[in-house]
Amino acid sequence: MQPIMEQLAQEYAGRIIVEAPYPDQLHAAIAIADVPAIAGTLRSRHGARVVTVFAEDRVDPELCFYNYYVFERRGDPRYLVLRARIPAEDPRFPSLASVLPAVNWQEREIQDWFGIEAEGHPNPRRVALHDHWPDVHPLRKDFRIDEVLPAFEGERHVYRPTLGEGVFQIPVGPVHAGIIEPGHFNFAVAGEPILYLQLRMFYKHKGTEKLFEQFAIPQCVFLAESVSGDSAFSHGTAFCQAVEKAGGIEVPFRAEVMRTVLLELERIYNHVADIGAIAMDVGFVIANAYAGRVREMVLGINEELAGSRLLRGMVCVGGVRRDWSGSQLDALRTAMETVEREFRDLVALIKSSDSTRDRLEHTGFLHPEKAGDLGIVGVGGRASGVDLDVRRDHPYAAYRHLSWRVPVYREGDVLHRMQVRIDEVFASLEMIRDAAEHLPGGPHRAPARTVESGRCALSAVEGWRGEIVYWVRTGPGNRLERCKVKDPSVNNWPALVEAVKGNIIADFPVINKSFNLSYSGTDR
Amino acid sequence: MFKILDKTLRTGTVTTTYPETGAKLSGNFRGRPEFDLAKWRDARQAADACPAEAITIADTDRLRSVAVDYGRCIFCGECAAASPEGAVRITQGFEMAATNRQDLVVSAEYLLNLDGTQNQLMRGSPVQEAGRKLDSEIHRVLGRSLAIREVDAGSCNGCELEIVALNNSVYDIERFGIHFVASPRHADMLLVTGPVTRNMELALRKTYEATPDPKIVVAVGACGISGGMFGTNYATCGGVDRVIPVDVYIPGCPPRPEALLYGILLAVGRLGA
Repeated sequence: MQPIMEQLAQEYAGRIIVEAPYPDQLHAAIAIADVPAIAGTLRSRHGARVVTVFAEDRVDPELCFYNYYVFERRGDPRYLVLRARIPAEDPRFPSLASVLPAVNWQEREIQDWFGIEAEGHPNPRRVALHDHWPDVHPLRKDFRIDEVLPAFEGERHVYRPTLGEGVFQIPVGPVHAGIIEPGHFNFAVAGEPILYLQLRMFYKHKGTEKLFEQFAIPQCVFLAESVSGDSAFSHGTAFCQAVEKAGGIEVPFRAEVMRTVLLELERIYNHVADIGAIAMDVGFVIANAYAGRVREMVLGINEELAGSRLLRGMVCVGGVRRDWSGSQLDALRTAMETVEREFRDLVALIKSSDSTRDRLEHTGFLHPEKAGDLGIVGVGGRASGVDLDVRRDHPYAAYRHLSWRVPVYREGDVLHRMQVRIDEVFASLEMIRDAAEHLPGGPHRAPARTVESGRCALSAVEGWRGEIVYWVRTGPGNRLERCKVKDPSVNNWPALVEAVKGNIIADFPVINKSFNLSYSGTDR
Repeated sequence: MFKILDKTLRTGTVTTTYPETGAKLSGNFRGRPEFDLAKWRDARQAADACPAEAITIADTDRLRSVAVDYGRCIFCGECAAASPEGAVRITQGFEMAATNRQDLVVSAEYLLNLDGTQNQLMRGSPVQEAGRKLDSEIHRVLGRSLAIREVDAGSCNGCELEIVALNNSVYDIERFGIHFVASPRHADMLLVTGPVTRNMELALRKTYEATPDPKIVVAVGACGISGGMFGTNYATCGGVDRVIPVDVYIPGCPPRPEALLYGILLAVGRLGA
């Protein structure tokens, strides 16, 4: 990224200022009017991918808002964080959504939360605040978090009409039939096949990004664990890494290895559950029963190592809260042997069933080209040829010391999203074994201290779903002035919309399950 | 087919015998923190360390009232880590469900020293061991077979993971004749997680109205009980009982499956029966 930015700085003489505050990221100030051209150059000339787009209210000290555009490029371990000033008296920015569909929702979040207009957005309707909300911009600093809004009345969301002979609309949710999170799916179907799907999310919006500004940093770790409950450890770690970077806190190597083990345990328990659930959704109930058992074994070892089945309350700024004894490590080794044996049996069982394969193959196909255009990440991306993995591309924790193969397929169907998970579980088991065997001595956490004010840092973690990104600006009194949270689900909902087209509606649950996106992580 | 049969026979029974016997817990499991009220000399450390604001202090000139709310607790263990040995202890207790919100709160009153530490314990309330009994008529109607509709009104999905686990072969809630149903119209009980967001408020009310009487509402987890760390803000209403009446509260973050079972069985009066 460094040579690219130097070249760009020359082209845009005086309008780009580049700094390198940390070895793994480059920060650059650009003019808001240059955003489309620079983003276009980065993308088409240098093959860079947009990671996330977000805003910040700096009206109080600097009389402006900032928009941030984060890019990364394959083979380059540095993230590029572009910052563009938007004057407070003229709050608007040129939209990239028509050329970069990946930022569609994120630009609309900026509109809803900050009241900054995305000029030229192809669909500028509200997304993060529902249509009947009053005209408020909750992430602005002059909006108080505890402001109680009056009862909502006003316009309801209008869906694209479903027209044509024999074409029906099927509204589903927000309260679903299964034990899953709330969201609204509006299907247009012609008989069995789905013509298109419209999504309405943010039913679970609970002001999380604003709340990060209310708590002290040590408390914020627990809030990060509650962004998406099945990724508590990954979100917690991504948050802590951002703060550690901003505060120059050195994490002891032992803690880095312990975090790696726990991150992989989180991946295993979720992947195993998903593999079972995919089998279940095509009627293979016994495979799900096996998967449920294997998952319980992993949750048991989670509890042994972290005191919590879902790995809560373990990560902290500077390392991890509790050290492991020899007997805990023995328990981990034994458990991983059993899990591996049982998981092999589970995979063999599923693969022995031709009818299961028949239902999963070619179902919910996501074209690799589409996946690339939409900026799909994680499991769903890797099954459609998107070769991304933060662990390999921007190594953190102890991943630079581990080697594994990142599974990438181009088939893009449910079967291969399951296959990516199967491959990753085996790789994770191997990594855990490796890490536990070479667990270094030393302290498990750096001494706690107050983080210096006015520092900005980005951090990313490959959660089991994909790329989790945190960006923080520290403030006085060990607090944060802004915390941006990007769950991989934000990127991946458009993939679901694409993948269901032409499939029969009865296959929707299994297609949805094969992505298994987080509603809470999306809505925050 | 024969392979499946063979595997199943070799695996044998994996289902827990809870609640007839105790739950199988790791020795490291963090359950209910217990406060030795007589030995507690300074509640400020624990209150400062608590990320969920579950420990609150109100001082007057000479008196200090301390309240510990298990309905807000996220069981992180920070209160014990911050306090001197002996005053706060993390136990393995998880059977905390209560029929009365106030039963989840322990309070104590102390004489205050000049340096801000606590002197003599004046009054302390023990945490209620078992919840009050619900209306026996409801038990008569719903006591045996029970249909539950789960409603996620804004949770982080952590509670859902543990609720889903009730259906796996280890916890197997169907052994009690209890099952999850797809529609509130088929349900006797709503199992609700929170915090209730402003965007789910209406959906939750409508789901409640669609559930036939008699019905029981169970609020799950710190967020379902009190709003948890999210509290009440521009986007959330707080706990479930801010929106619909609640009969039973199950603390936890999330409650482990046995804790959910305990709460559900408590709600239908089937504990120790």
